[in-house]
Amino acid sequence: MTFDQWLLSLVVFLPLVGAGVIVAMPKSQAALIRLTALVASGAALVLGVVALVRFDFHHSRVFQFDVNTRWIDSIGARYHMGVDGIALPLLVLTVALTFLCVVYSQRIMPKPQDKVKGFFALILLLETGMAGTFTSLDLVLFFVFWEMVLVPMYFIIAIWGSERKEYSAIKFFLYTLFGSVFMLLGFLAMYFRSVDPVTGGHTFDMIRLQGQHFGGVGFQNLVFLGLFLGFAIKVPMWPFHTWLPDAHGDAPTVGSVLLAGILLKMGAYGFIRIALPLLPHAAKDWAPYIGGIAVISILYGALCCLAQTDIKRLIAFSSVGHMGFVMLGISTLTDRGINAAIFGMVAHGVITGMLFFLAGSLYERYHTRVIDDIGPGVLQKLPRVGAIFVFVAIASLGLPGLAGFWGEVLALLAAFNPAPGLSSSLFRSYMVLGGIGTILTAGYMLWLIQRLTLGVVREKWANDTAIDDVRPAEIWAWSPLLVGILALGIYPRAIFEITNGAVTGLARLFT
Amino acid sequence: MLAQTAFSLSSVDIHAILPEIIITVALIAVLVVDLFLPDRAKSVNGVISMAGVAGAGIALMSLVNGGTRKTFGGMFVLDNYAMLFKFLFIAVAAILIFMSVTYLNEVVRNIQGEFYFLLLTSLLGMLVMPSARDLIALFIALETVTVPGFIIAGFKKWDNSSNEAAVKFFLFGVLSSAVMLFGMALIYGVTKSTNLYEIARVLSTKAYPMPIQHAGSVIAAAILLIIVGFGFKVSAVPFHFWAPDTYEGSPVPVAAFLSVASKAAGFAGLLQIMFVAFPSYTSVWAPGFAVIAAATMTIGNVIALQQKNIVRLLAYSSIGQAGYMLLPLAVVANKSPAVQKEAFAAALTYILIYSFMQLGAFAVVIAVGRKHPNNLIEDYEGLAFREPGLAFAMLFFLLSLAGMIPTAGFWAKFFVFRSVIGAGTLWLAAVMVANTLIGLYYYIGVGAKMYLREPRARERIAVPYALVMAIILMVAIVAAVTVYPDFFNHFSPRSTLVAF
Repeated sequence: MTFDQWLLSLVVFLPLVGAGVIVAMPKSQAALIRLTALVASGAALVLGVVALVRFDFHHSRVFQFDVNTRWIDSIGARYHMGVDGIALPLLVLTVALTFLCVVYSQRIMPKPQDKVKGFFALILLLETGMAGTFTSLDLVLFFVFWEMVLVPMYFIIAIWGSERKEYSAIKFFLYTLFGSVFMLLGFLAMYFRSVDPVTGGHTFDMIRLQGQHFGGVGFQNLVFLGLFLGFAIKVPMWPFHTWLPDAHGDAPTVGSVLLAGILLKMGAYGFIRIALPLLPHAAKDWAPYIGGIAVISILYGALCCLAQTDIKRLIAFSSVGHMGFVMLGISTLTDRGINAAIFGMVAHGVITGMLFFLAGSLYERYHTRVIDDIGPGVLQKLPRVGAIFVFVAIASLGLPGLAGFWGEVLALLAAFNPAPGLSSSLFRSYMVLGGIGTILTAGYMLWLIQRLTLGVVREKWANDTAIDDVRPAEIWAWSPLLVGILALGIYPRAIFEITNGAVTGLARLFT
Repeated sequence: MLAQTAFSLSSVDIHAILPEIIITVALIAVLVVDLFLPDRAKSVNGVISMAGVAGAGIALMSLVNGGTRKTFGGMFVLDNYAMLFKFLFIAVAAILIFMSVTYLNEVVRNIQGEFYFLLLTSLLGMLVMPSARDLIALFIALETVTVPGFIIAGFKKWDNSSNEAAVKFFLFGVLSSAVMLFGMALIYGVTKSTNLYEIARVLSTKAYPMPIQHAGSVIAAAILLIIVGFGFKVSAVPFHFWAPDTYEGSPVPVAAFLSVASKAAGFAGLLQIMFVAFPSYTSVWAPGFAVIAAATMTIGNVIALQQKNIVRLLAYSSIGQAGYMLLPLAVVANKSPAVQKEAFAAALTYILIYSFMQLGAFAVVIAVGRKHPNNLIEDYEGLAFREPGLAFAMLFFLLSLAGMIPTAGFWAKFFVFRSVIGAGTLWLAAVMVANTLIGLYYYIGVGAKMYLREPRARERIAVPYALVMAIILMVAIVAAVTVYPDFFNHFSPRSTLVAF
């Protein structure tokens, strides 16, 4: 096998190896454990960047770094991995964000701080699951990685979380699992109705499953329902979102960052990678409903944000809204909409990841998550943290020139002209409603900035010398994200160049 | 005289039954040697038993690739199917002896000779079980497995709950044996044969040796009666009532023995009699198993939710697990050979994987039980901070039992799930999914207690060397299947039991 064939496996499994090494280390060697985690996630990042550099952008439709070998013969599952223009940005986002989380955790650990070993091992295990999800091209392999993230995230929330951590952790766990069972049902249903063009048997291969008829549109619609449940819970779309505020709110900082930054993307990615190309007819039948639910998510998320008093829950609900834009883009079934969706995912990963970092650092300093308790006057007390917060919050509300803008505006634009066969008037009304959503988003974000950062600092905080401004570890972890927010805002083609070829190929199914 | 019977001694294939002979020699040796051992040297019995089991293992090894052998006029058949189960039983017995050595030395010092004798006797029955292709042989094998179980369940003579365990087990066991025997008698009455293959031939051709009215209903009734006997053995609902009390009352290694080896033996017999003798009656027994499997899964898992004692939790969960193993039997009614083959393989693979993860969990329970003999779930609180290795192993086994991805247990469930979907029995798939979620909740509940709670006691648990070895071995096996799920699946479809 060539280096290119090993590349993805290395990106995916290096963190797992790192986790294994950490587990084998003695508990007392905390410094060495931190270093190992840094090296393992750093190596994954470097290899991710290598993949980015070696990727052939002129053929982003083609799955590159392809590896396809035997795995479980008895059920016809193969070890098939590869990335195209849709998966690559998300893979790079995964390795980058995880690395930054490890950098951040070098110095700043949630309580209980003495359990360094488990913490880093779980983060690396999580990375393997996330990276594997974005690279699998076999349904069984995909499912394994998809589920692999649950156990580490459960323990990250349940051990290092705050408040109702165990309740939130098990809710996250069972809720997601509930959805994925239906997804698995859908996978198996497709398998048993498939005909492998090469062997004549059944297949789990995502590429070979494309263009299969599965014996009837009714059946396809039913399978789509199963996939929809699995993916929509993960995204999460209203009304399946109730696990999210609890999990995001109670997770430790790094857990929230990875949950919002990457885990949510797995759901939307599932729609783009599996549901749409494998079941195009059903996708068209379902698109109006998905679009409708997406718009409800946008509006509902924004309204909930207006009602929150807890800063982490507010950011969590804002994710519901932002992912609503992503899903609206996907539901148009156009190249523009899906491009916007992928851009929106990356932008949301960077921005909301950063917001959770900030919320975590505020909690770290003030030991409260209540907005009106921390604020007003963060800018006065912590000028740098406050300024960064304002910058990121404004990016989150979608100011042109920053990363949050393109995903939202292009999704709305795409809704103006959905794929042929979808009702334009329906999607145009979605566009109007989504537009109202952007106004609400701006509203709650600006209100948050006002309540939190402006004004005169409270007396009890004013003289608290324990509250310090930006720390070195934070600068290291945050500056790449801040640069990313600006860079993606100014030069969105950086993403679209990668995705466009693959997305146009997908969108052709719906014209 | 011997020469006048149907099988003269010279016609017996001694090599084929060599493992059984070695075990017989070993168990007699234990019985005799034990008489002359002083109390402090009783653990010599363990060494003899281990040697016997190892010898049987080697004998079995020498039979690999020897093709199918038949002896005792076809009553005893050694094919890949039998071979697979025999290897499983020998491995499980060896691990069980490893697990019990210290326990027995500490808890039942002076009567441990009997324990080994009974264990080996039961193992003898197990070894015969997958080879028995005859109703009489099958019945004898089943009784040889079960009867020693009655006695070892009551091994803690001074303990009332152990006595209760034995009596309950005995009454249920005898009753179900009687019912099963009645079913076998009816089959014999209709077919004039006890050979499973001959029975299958007569039933499928309907060439009854003598005219019988309502033959179909008689046979259907007989099959259902036979299911009762095996249902007891595998603790399927509604024949499961003995299991939790018996497990809880017995010494923990015995509970492990009952829930793994004895259950697997039941399945070995069940698969064999159903698929070999009654394939033409799938439309009778498959729906029966559908009801039993659904009830077994649901009742086992739902009651497991409320348990406070870890052994009872494992007992009820093992009832639930039996439900998953019965599922493939439930979907084969009038199905194509491909579907039947897959169902058969799925059930077999599930039994194999289940045996090792359940045994692993029990090994940890024995270890923790050294400090906390009441085996309460709350004793596991904060285990991760006292004994990180034990806690990790337990978490691994629990996640696997729960069917969490990507553990071995997930693949076991996946194979079953796939065969159920493949057969198109969606309602059973739905029941299975619901039960998996319930199972996850209580398995992970124990895991959460180990990792999220503060320990109530701080002192460490001294785990004997043999037990550590057993646990490591089990982790290794379950991990191997986790990474390479085809590990066990290589054997099962190749099994020559049934030519689909």
